[in-house]
Amino acid sequence: MKEKNRGLGLFTLLIYLFLLGPLVIIAIASFEPGGALKFPPTGFSLKWYQNIFEVSMFKTSFITSILVSLAGNLLALLLGLPAAYALSRFQFKGKNALNAIFISPILIPGIVLGFTMLKYVIITYNLPVYTALLLGHTVIMLPFIIRVIASSLANFDFAVEEASLSLGAGRLKTFFTVVLPNIKSGIIAAVLIAFLESFNNVDISVFMTGPGISTFPIQMLLYVENNFDPTIAAISVLLMLFTAVLMFLIERLMGLSYFTKR
Amino acid sequence: MAMLTLENIAVAYDQQYILKDFNLSVEKGSLISLLGPSGCGKTTTLRLIAGFLEAKDGRFTLNGKDYTRVPVNKRNFGFVFQSYALFPHLSVYDNVAFGLRLRKVSKADIDRRVRKMLEVANLTGFEQRFPKELSGGQRQRVAIARALVIEPDLLLFDEPLSNLDANLRVNMRVEIRRIQQELGITTVYVSHDQEECFSISDQVAIMNKGIIEQLDAPSTIFKYPKTEFVARFIGFNNFISFDNRQENGREIQLQAGGHSFLAIQGEGRGAQKGLKGAVRPDDLKLGTSDEIDLGANVVTGRVKVSTFLGRSYQYVVNTELGEFTVNKEMEQPYVSGQEVRVLFPVEKLILVE
Repeated sequence: MKEKNRGLGLFTLLIYLFLLGPLVIIAIASFEPGGALKFPPTGFSLKWYQNIFEVSMFKTSFITSILVSLAGNLLALLLGLPAAYALSRFQFKGKNALNAIFISPILIPGIVLGFTMLKYVIITYNLPVYTALLLGHTVIMLPFIIRVIASSLANFDFAVEEASLSLGAGRLKTFFTVVLPNIKSGIIAAVLIAFLESFNNVDISVFMTGPGISTFPIQMLLYVENNFDPTIAAISVLLMLFTAVLMFLIERLMGLSYFTKR
Repeated sequence: MAMLTLENIAVAYDQQYILKDFNLSVEKGSLISLLGPSGCGKTTTLRLIAGFLEAKDGRFTLNGKDYTRVPVNKRNFGFVFQSYALFPHLSVYDNVAFGLRLRKVSKADIDRRVRKMLEVANLTGFEQRFPKELSGGQRQRVAIARALVIEPDLLLFDEPLSNLDANLRVNMRVEIRRIQQELGITTVYVSHDQEECFSISDQVAIMNKGIIEQLDAPSTIFKYPKTEFVARFIGFNNFISFDNRQENGREIQLQAGGHSFLAIQGEGRGAQKGLKGAVRPDDLKLGTSDEIDLGANVVTGRVKVSTFLGRSYQYVVNTELGEFTVNKEMEQPYVSGQEVRVLFPVEKLILVE
């Protein structure tokens, strides 16, 4: 028994090493004072962190990314919440087809989707860059919103809604006073997952960005194409911190266990 | 006076009729059970009355008011679900207060009525608990309190006890009956548990394939089933098909394969129609040729199977008229192949359609 546990411990350690090792290496390498990314670093310097804030495109693209992700999230939630509710509660003709359409953005390669949207939507209707980005990111987020909320609804006993109806609440009232509070954790999880998906997206965004306007990951990509300095490592560390702070806030607000418990 | 009436109700899913020309009437203040095997339409009937399903055809009235097209949230009926269906995000107090808050009752009144109802349901002290912190029986009592506090015009139960363990089930059904009688609310109760329905109800409707086979007081159904389905459902598992019948005053003379039988019309047993005789295994008499004389209502046969039941033995006896199952208390059991006589007591031979 003890033998077995030691083996399991070693295995767990290796997995952690595999998952966290690269992150640790990047974090350490970001303090390299020289002009090229090196591990182990030859000294200690924060100048590449300073450099992030000196490249103005990082700042503008970060704001663009946040705005597009937030606005797209809101839009995807407004579309996805009723859709998820309808798909999980009602039987109607063409339900399977509709379900497949909503999920399809995950199944179709991003490059194909991005290119198709560019050629047949953005160019055809001559959409401005921000509108195009918003549209693209809503499409990216919609499947995640619908999937996560639908699974949350599937765990919610339909009889509870019927109980509310029988006690005198209308359908809309029931949705807001009974359904919504009980799928709150599902909605928050959906919003967060969709946000990360949208914030990190490159393959679709690349078709939507235009002159002077790009999203953060695309700006990072452009930067590493031309520069070999540790700025990119410094950005990665900040992004990790950003995510950690986000998770910490959620933990403080409602507890991470909120997502795992039934 | 009938208070609840369903007239020629039809319900269909995708052109498939679950109920057709369905009729039912329930007296004011009484508790009626709908009992039957799964798929017999009992839950459909209940959900139709509640308003969760819409009738394709027919009329549903309560106290003279037509409810056929009234939406579920405007009906003011209390519904108790099999899964309890408590609001997981609300405390016991808020669960019970939910219906009253929707009715714009004043805060003080809500508090008074909720506390009174929690007292009736034996839940005082649990106000601030959440559903997941309660036992199954407590949850069910909250569900009942929640349905009753709105002073419903009709109370509906959908297999409310089937998720509870056996002991609790017996206690809860006594509780349900007590509250129902105390408040005098007309109640429709659905279950597939025979004992539960019989013990709790004023009237039981035995349903099969979307129709009511028999609607009577529990004791009447238990003693005098009207159809073969009902007879089988409540444990009459011996049947004889008669060739003809002749009525002579109270007596009914019957013939089956050369044997003659006698049954009687009597008080409380309704019209003894039909050409099929039904008897419970406990009501048949079994004996040797010394004990039972040949004559009317007697068939000779051989023991085929003998099973020890604890208090008695159960025999399957093979006769000219088919196999019969008989229970008999005795010290020395009959052996397989032994010749025995089966007597169908006149009082216990029930004719069904």
